[in-house]
Amino acid sequence: MSAPYELSDDSVVVIIGTGAGGGTLANALARQGVDVVALEAGGRHLPADYVNDEWASFGQLAWTDMRTTSGSWRVAKDFPNLPAWIVKAVGGSTTHWAGASLRFQPHEFWALSEYGKVDGANLLDWPISLTDLEPYYDVAEKRMGVTRTNGIPGLPGNNNFKVMKAGADNMGYQHCHTGRMAINPEPRDGRGACRQLGFCFQGCKMGAKWSTAYTEIPEGEATGKLEVRENAHVLMIEHDAAGKVSGVVYQDADGNRQVQRARVVCVAGNSIESPRLLLNSASSMFPDGLGNSSGQVGRNYMRHMTGSVYAAFEEPVHMYRGTTMAGIISDESRHDPSRGFVGGYEMETVSIGVPFTAAFLNPGGWGREFTAAMDNYANLAGMWLVGEDMPQQSNRITLSEEQDQFGMPAANVHFDDHPNDIAMRTHAYAQATALYESVGSTQTYPTPPYPSTHNLGTNRMSERADDGVVNGFGQSHDVDNLFVSDGSQFTTGGAENPTLTIVALALRQADYIARQMSEKAI
Amino acid sequence: MMTPDSVRTLAFKPPGSPLRRLTRRELLKRGLALGTGLVAGPGFIAGSGGAWAMELEALAPSSIATLLQMARDIYPHDRFGDELYAAAIKGHEDRAVTDADFKAMLESGIEDLDARAMAAGHESYLGAGWEADRVAILRDIEADPFFQTIRGSLVVGLYNQPAVWELLGYEGSSVEHGGYLERGFDDIAWL
Repeated sequence: MSAPYELSDDSVVVIIGTGAGGGTLANALARQGVDVVALEAGGRHLPADYVNDEWASFGQLAWTDMRTTSGSWRVAKDFPNLPAWIVKAVGGSTTHWAGASLRFQPHEFWALSEYGKVDGANLLDWPISLTDLEPYYDVAEKRMGVTRTNGIPGLPGNNNFKVMKAGADNMGYQHCHTGRMAINPEPRDGRGACRQLGFCFQGCKMGAKWSTAYTEIPEGEATGKLEVRENAHVLMIEHDAAGKVSGVVYQDADGNRQVQRARVVCVAGNSIESPRLLLNSASSMFPDGLGNSSGQVGRNYMRHMTGSVYAAFEEPVHMYRGTTMAGIISDESRHDPSRGFVGGYEMETVSIGVPFTAAFLNPGGWGREFTAAMDNYANLAGMWLVGEDMPQQSNRITLSEEQDQFGMPAANVHFDDHPNDIAMRTHAYAQATALYESVGSTQTYPTPPYPSTHNLGTNRMSERADDGVVNGFGQSHDVDNLFVSDGSQFTTGGAENPTLTIVALALRQADYIARQMSEKAI
Repeated sequence: MMTPDSVRTLAFKPPGSPLRRLTRRELLKRGLALGTGLVAGPGFIAGSGGAWAMELEALAPSSIATLLQMARDIYPHDRFGDELYAAAIKGHEDRAVTDADFKAMLESGIEDLDARAMAAGHESYLGAGWEADRVAILRDIEADPFFQTIRGSLVVGLYNQPAVWELLGYEGSSVEHGGYLERGFDDIAWL
């Protein structure tokens, strides 16, 4: 069972975070015989604990530690201390994600070469290609049980999907189906089948949706090579006189400061916490933050171009019945500058319950126009629009003047939409509205982006050390035994939901770290 | 604005201590009709039938009556009974008991509403007969902390009630019923 390691044991790999990146990496290293200590800021919540109640679940799972915001994005006005809707728990945001598991398209690894230079955007090609990642996508899809791969059938379509599919047919869209989802349509790999509960965002009580909390983590612990410490909130990373990372300072569950020694440190705390941790680890040797000789730590923050369109019909839809993301249209995900923007976007059904519809449909809205929409709730269909946004140097995570509960500078999240993001959103709203109107909608509601769920790019991969923070394996350009293992590695965002790519990158990184350790290179 | 603070204070527990019922006898003994379908007396306010009642320690019955009307003007649902709005604003009375600054903020906000209503030729905010007249007053103060406090708590407190979900056709928690797999997840027939 779970291996207890001494704080003074400097032979271990310390992984900070247990979500899609950290949880997958911890499992993959442990299975290869590497000793791993995973430090998780949150507690351990499993399917029996999850609740089918939006606000109660938010209280149970969401990361609500102090954060601040700035910039012209609407989230900064409506939710000034909630820039992101992500999870603080074992399993990280794989507890909360909807399950959409899409591969990047080949051209999305070469945004700069394919799109050309875009004013105001800090585009760059990834140092790796789809070919490098394909074998790991294969493994990821198999481990996660992604529908429409490995002989796993698609999920059945719910009412919300059926409305979308009817509209997709009217629009002449060719690529509309119930998605590639890491949700079991039938029992598989020790996990149950989907019962269409309608609470994917609140943690899947059936365990049908893949989450590292009840797959990768317990399987890793069973090897005897992985110790997960819960409620262990990392404050900074330490290094030795030679500039190698040597340990991690954290506050334990009892409120005591501890230092875990380490041979290798992997940061997987999401694109807000990971750069914050590197910036908070500044020292006389690394005055601008650990691994930040490029000055790119915290920059190029991406959150995907997002928006939703909800539509009211004369008859009931009951969109909340069944999987939250019940289907997808991929026709608009191509790169086709004739639409007035570079990159593309996916259209995916989404549903939220009455409590979150009130909070997110039109934040700050009130009066009869607002309540007319709420009165239409049972007759609403909805879709989320998610596409590639432009990396910008000025969209960034910095250290705030506010502090968190441990006295550490909190993260400030600054974001302004790029004109390309706005052009894409305008196009996506128009297409989604036309789709619903073709099915007979009587009202449509173009809903602004929610607090970010896809947080990307703040420790990006680059070929050259000047352009980014890590190399093609997520290894720091500056510090050989420091790795970044989450979505903050993304050089550009692609149009797809990022989790499958984060998992594939973590699997590839695990092979690299194990090899480098056995070769004594790190 | 919904900050994590307001989320913490409002979302994780009911918006206030529970309302109670009054018997018709209690109601007749204690209260006088306040207009707008409400009955009030020293230290309490109630729906005219006694279906709900709020014991008041901090705020005057007339203040609660104004907050109730304001809540309905912010999120007007004509099918919702007063008790749903009362439950959503009960937290303000509870907080005003222990937080003098908060109580003062509410009272001056209510006073301001009445002053604006009088300037527009009405007897008071409650005395403005048309919703549009009251909404015009609210539009003028919507950036104020008073309005933002009431609206920000109401959007959670009102819409996080199972009775409201039922009225809006949202069935909520499904796991105890085996999900929606056999309960209409794909039953759409009008397409």
